[in-house]
Amino acid sequence: MALATFKGGIHPPDKKELSKQRSIIPAKSPKRAVIPLSQHIGAPCKPAVTIGQEVKKGEVIGSPEGFVSSPVHASVAGKVTGFIECPSATGRMVQAVVIENNETEEWTVLKDNPDYLSLSAEELRAKVKDAGIVGMGGATFPTHVKLSPPKEKPIDVVILNGAECEPYLTADYRLMIEKPQDVVGGLKVIMKIVGVTKGFIGIEANKPDAVEIMTKAVADEPNISIVTCKVMYPQGAEKMLIKACVDREVPARGLPMDCGVVCQNIGTAVAIYEAARFGKPLIERVVTVTGEGINEPKNLMVKIGTLISDVVAECGGLKDNTAKVISGGPMMGFALFTLDMPVTKGTSGILALPESEVTHVDKFGPCIRCGRCIEVCPMGLIPSMLSVTAEKGFYEDAKAYNLYDCFECGTCTYVCPSKRPIVHLVRLAKSQVKP
Amino acid sequence: MDTVRTPKEQQLIISASPHIRSDESTGRIMWTVSAALLPATIMAAYYFGPYAIFLIALTVVSAVGFEYLYQRGMNKEVTVTDGSAVLTGLLLGLNLPPTVPFYIPLVGSAVAVVLTKQLFGGLGFNVFNPALIGRAFLLISFPKLMTIYAEPTAQFVSMDAKTAATPLGILKLDGIGKLMEVYGDQMTMYSQLLIGNCAGSIGETSAIAILIGGLFLMFRGYISWHIPVSFLGSAAVLAWIFGGKGFFTGDPILHLLSGGLMLGAFFMATDYVTSPSVKKGQLVFGVGCGFLTMLIRLKGGYPEGVMFAILIMNCFTPIIDRSFKSEVFGAVKVKKEAAKQ
Repeated sequence: MALATFKGGIHPPDKKELSKQRSIIPAKSPKRAVIPLSQHIGAPCKPAVTIGQEVKKGEVIGSPEGFVSSPVHASVAGKVTGFIECPSATGRMVQAVVIENNETEEWTVLKDNPDYLSLSAEELRAKVKDAGIVGMGGATFPTHVKLSPPKEKPIDVVILNGAECEPYLTADYRLMIEKPQDVVGGLKVIMKIVGVTKGFIGIEANKPDAVEIMTKAVADEPNISIVTCKVMYPQGAEKMLIKACVDREVPARGLPMDCGVVCQNIGTAVAIYEAARFGKPLIERVVTVTGEGINEPKNLMVKIGTLISDVVAECGGLKDNTAKVISGGPMMGFALFTLDMPVTKGTSGILALPESEVTHVDKFGPCIRCGRCIEVCPMGLIPSMLSVTAEKGFYEDAKAYNLYDCFECGTCTYVCPSKRPIVHLVRLAKSQVKP
Repeated sequence: MDTVRTPKEQQLIISASPHIRSDESTGRIMWTVSAALLPATIMAAYYFGPYAIFLIALTVVSAVGFEYLYQRGMNKEVTVTDGSAVLTGLLLGLNLPPTVPFYIPLVGSAVAVVLTKQLFGGLGFNVFNPALIGRAFLLISFPKLMTIYAEPTAQFVSMDAKTAATPLGILKLDGIGKLMEVYGDQMTMYSQLLIGNCAGSIGETSAIAILIGGLFLMFRGYISWHIPVSFLGSAAVLAWIFGGKGFFTGDPILHLLSGGLMLGAFFMATDYVTSPSVKKGQLVFGVGCGFLTMLIRLKGGYPEGVMFAILIMNCFTPIIDRSFKSEVFGAVKVKKEAAKQ
């Protein structure tokens, strides 16, 4: 049987062998945690603590403003020493709370409730919201919002994204290997919240052991099936994953809920499980620290607010030839200009690449209209024309070429023989014309 | 408020995602396509001798030279190493009759590289296939020199070879009966045309050599099947229907194997810059090329029509591209739902 997939896509070298054998180990607790108050799409939190206040792990330090927002919790126990502006991966400065760690690792009250699935959908959704859970694949959209589809959009399927199609990253893979029951538990909570009876977990075929373990984990769950997807970037993009798992197309410019689907990332599912069962807020996450520029690649459980420089140091530091450090994967991640910024809820990986692995091209050639980008675009766009129109400043024309259907996966740019910065030009056009 | 300080011990590169790229490059594409023309070039050397190779070399060198001189003269970045001028020169050289004097390649490559490509903005911006405009210019300016073809005997070293008519020339002037007389029987004719033992332009006669190169490009993913198959297919069907005395009595194999059809379908019509980039549009483009080729071959004044067919279809490329856009993911469903409501 042909493996489930979508039309288009590419095969970048996956490089997962660098870190896939490394079990998740807890990173050192930072001496000083710098916790941004905006770690999600939506309104930033307002501070809920004052300077000098003692906080415990899991205590709310930033409270959400409005519906599309998500609370932020202390990831270490200690004393709030200040509010600072710190850089974020996207280059913006964000407000952050600084906590001096008192090394007691004292938690706010956590309570194990093994009967968590008998809670009502409302109660579970409230737990997700209170735990400050956001999409941990990188988009950081507040999860409780995603789990509150409007009435006119009936949902009948939940899909967990275990594709992890970004090269190098192995965080979700390790979670599936090491905590399959937690993943399934999270999926069941999500299914309960949105009231559906059909769940899928899509996993790329390059992780056969994850497929096997997850298949075993759902052996007694008739409502949950594992879908083995073809290895193809960007298989883990929501729209592509939905196409592969249930053969539905999210309408252009639409959301998964427009075709009855809710998608969640593997890491998010584990966080949801922990929130539902233990009431544990999202204060730590798995970060894959990898790349040819890292001395000892690892999968670390890192407390939110730990500086990337500390995480890198814990992995033996950077090799001398490191030319680029990326937050996230090599296809959609952000190049960092400093390592002194904190790990946030969306930091799926820290990737250090030597000069030889990064193609950073100052010069690029003209479009030779070879059509490779059109062939591989998962959205069926004509990236060549997007790049040409944006380059010339014809932003309205770019819009006519479905500018806003592009989700910037970078597939076109990866294959372009003229090394044109197509995604960059798309972003430029998007900044110049409204949808 | 103090800020987290940034130590500068590492000079990190900042650029937009994606951070990795495939190793494909424009240069590699151009050099690979040039390499795919090697079998045709070898057959040219075998049948038309050293002078033909001299002509090809001269066209390539002059094409590169003109590009270099133009770019230096205009203070532009010199891009001759990207191989596109080499490929243009090679294609033009292979499209010349084997007996032309040395200045013909020079004029041709100047027209191809400077007039057709650089004056339109350089690589990627030309409307027409440079090699074909070069050849069209030569055919119109030097109608006599450009239509003297030689027998495919590698004996000669210069222009004093025994002239011969091309199979399509014979077909046009004297009909299929005369062609049979020349080759004896049908199978002999096919096999001779297939290996290239006939009069014609330097690199167009050996259908099999071109096919090997073309299939290599397809296998490597440098060209797709859409243009060659629709081009050759439509030409074959039209040749079969209209090529004979009555309907459905024509000889499609003869038409496929003769003239510049193979070279045109695999190497000229598939030029990225001047052909549509969306697959559906490529099929339309190929059928258009096939139709125009057969229209000229059967009804026109010239025995061969591939060159003009491709050049005319080049004009249609922008409108084809605009009319046959790729299908946006999710758009079908939106349409279907709109229809329901």
